[in-house]
Amino acid sequence: MSGIGTGYDLSVSTFSPDGRVFQSEYAQKAVDSSGTVLGMCCKDGVLLAAEKLEISKLLEENSNRRTFPIDKHAGAVVAGVSADGRAIVDRAQGEASNYKSMYGDAIPGSVLADRVASYVHVFNLYWYVRPFGVCTMLASYDHNGPQLFMIDPAGTSHKYYGVAVGKGRQGAKNELSKLKLADMTVKEAMFAAAKIMHQVHDGEKGFELELAIVSDETGRLFKRVGKAELQEVEAAAKAAIEAEDLDMSD
Amino acid sequence: AMATGSGKMKEVLTGTTIMACTYDGGVVLGADSRTSSGNYVANKVADKITKVCDKVYLCRSGSAAHTQAVAGYANLYLNQHAIELGEKGVCVRSAANIVKEIAYTNKQWMNAGMIVAGWDKNEGGQVFVVPMGGTLMEVPFAVGGSGSIYINAFVDKNWKPKMTKSECKAFVRKAVSLAISRDGSSD
Repeated sequence: MSGIGTGYDLSVSTFSPDGRVFQSEYAQKAVDSSGTVLGMCCKDGVLLAAEKLEISKLLEENSNRRTFPIDKHAGAVVAGVSADGRAIVDRAQGEASNYKSMYGDAIPGSVLADRVASYVHVFNLYWYVRPFGVCTMLASYDHNGPQLFMIDPAGTSHKYYGVAVGKGRQGAKNELSKLKLADMTVKEAMFAAAKIMHQVHDGEKGFELELAIVSDETGRLFKRVGKAELQEVEAAAKAAIEAEDLDMSD
Repeated sequence: AMATGSGKMKEVLTGTTIMACTYDGGVVLGADSRTSSGNYVANKVADKITKVCDKVYLCRSGSAAHTQAVAGYANLYLNQHAIELGEKGVCVRSAANIVKEIAYTNKQWMNAGMIVAGWDKNEGGQVFVVPMGGTLMEVPFAVGGSGSIYINAFVDKNWKPKMTKSECKAFVRKAVSLAISRDGSSD
């Protein structure tokens, strides 16, 4: 069968004539087709959200975690191949712990992002490994303030106010760009994130929303948002969506 | 102490007085300048306060060779660390931690009592003491070296928090001078 990259896409250590590394691009596709994941950096903290698509009705609630603490002050959410994601989170936790042992201080967000990006990049260099099919979002809150970074499957790292990846990223990015994240609190962002997730969710199957935050309110500790608060936020978001729908249909 | 018939040369030591003290806005470091090798003064004008990175210094006591090596390694690691951090400066705590790691990991072979003191943007002036054995402690002020025993009571009595820069300088000068006057290995 012939496709776009025929012949130049068999190995990550091969460039195509037009300068592309197809295997890295294919890894990105694995992320693009996964559940939506959002990150929002606000004035008093950072929020991470994941759309956990229902893979089985027999699945126990909260069992497949998508947000992970990296250290007390930092956490991550992964989009794409979740097994790959867990391997990266493991590495990030090691880097954070190692940094603290060496330098006696919590790892700064930018340093953690650089370390994770370098690690992910290595898997884009050698033919005997494949790239991670994962976008990793890192949230941290230290004396440099709240920060949000994203590392793509190629190993590129950027700092963001707001970012979305996965199936619903187009719609999500649209909605995010309308928000003034730098002026919002994490509490307001939770509501906005829940609303966006429910708006961009595609398909008849349900999904479970997972939210995690690190903010002034949590004492700058990375925490998952508990069930009670989550239900409250989701209910408010769904109500707001319905109200908008009613407004529109006249 | 060089080529005599009476046996091996004694190891070059910084029989010493070193001191560091925080004040409102920074730190003051002080030291004597005598390096002794037994009874011979190997260096009359030694500089026992060594820079390990921007705005962080190390006061050295114990073996001159060991502490110079520690300072050298600390400088190497902290320079690399500064590159990784980018615009953000290296914090004093990190510098002290690196010095401690070297001292603790190599405790079997080391004869080094050190004081790390400096200033960073987030925590201001800080003093950390790394005595022999490789402990790390943050303290408002610290004295070290063979001369320090003569001034422990003096500094305990006369230190006060939130001194001005000139008060702190006078305090360090007075303390180190008193130690020098009583300790044969400090001058």
